[in-house]
Amino acid sequence: MIADERSVLAQAAAWQDEGLGVALATVIQTWGSSPRPVGSQLAINERGTFQGSVSGGCVEAAVIKAALEIIEGAPARRLDFGVSDDDAWSVGLPCGGRISVFVERVEPARDGEG
Amino acid sequence: MKRALLDALIAAHADNRPAVLATDLDGGEQYLLDDPCPPGMDPELHREALARAARGKSGVASRGERQLFVHVLSPRPRLVIVGAVHIAQGLAQMAMMHDYEVVIVDPRKGFASPERFAGVRLVTEWPDRALQELKLDGRTAVVTLTHEPKLDDPALTRALASEAFFVGALGSTRTQHKRLERLRQHGLEEAALARIRGPVGLPLGSITPAEIATSIMAEIVQWRRRGPQPARAPA
Repeated sequence: MIADERSVLAQAAAWQDEGLGVALATVIQTWGSSPRPVGSQLAINERGTFQGSVSGGCVEAAVIKAALEIIEGAPARRLDFGVSDDDAWSVGLPCGGRISVFVERVEPARDGEG
Repeated sequence: MKRALLDALIAAHADNRPAVLATDLDGGEQYLLDDPCPPGMDPELHREALARAARGKSGVASRGERQLFVHVLSPRPRLVIVGAVHIAQGLAQMAMMHDYEVVIVDPRKGFASPERFAGVRLVTEWPDRALQELKLDGRTAVVTLTHEPKLDDPALTRALASEAFFVGALGSTRTQHKRLERLRQHGLEEAALARIRGPVGLPLGSITPAEIATSIMAEIVQWRRRGPQPARAPA
């Protein structure tokens, strides 16, 4: 089944309930042609399994790499992707647009919370 | 993101309530925009985020160096299917795949059975009553599939008096012609009748129930994304 907004968030919660570390990536800005609109999300767990999308598959690998560091304790951060650098083949957008993605950890519920 | 916030977003989506999440892009602090402006947050930036949320579009609100991502999670669109027929089974599945809330209306309990529509909300009242209670709004599409005027006509009458963004009726061009005649005699105006897409569905040459469901879903997507389309030339 195709992952919609609900299933991406629900998947993030379900992974955390299984005891896995989880990060959430969200498209926060786009310029020009971009494959997924602002608000599109990708959930990633500590094993690198993911659900949803922030592009048409073009930048997911780089987002997952950052997400794994953030699950390990690195601070939340913003990733910008375009086509202008040498890395374009691996982490750029072939459609010529630019996107910004915010990647954050889903904090585990503390005792007595949520 | 705190787990309690994640759970709040999941609950809002399940109940089909809107929710707006604000994320401070410097540091990652988050809050729901329904809540009061938290201490430490620039009230001007908070107001700008509210204005952006009111426009219904996600995006970045900024003031100076400070940036706030405003994530608007809108209620899902809704599809009301009148007639729990074979085509409705495929159409309900497709609509759910497109993240529509689906309601099937059919007083014939043999058709509207949970065995035939697992996980779909079924309403077994008469369509005029059912559609009145469903409060059809601008994010709702209505499609009649029964071929039975006693069920389709009252449903269409209710749908045309509502703000539903799409109203479609299954049936051949000839059936549509007769349907319009009946509704005209019931006093419906031409402007209202012109809103009925009939025969419903983009012309794909569909034959099977699943193919017909595809053509109907495609037309609903077209209206949702591009707005009302001009009347089709008679086939």
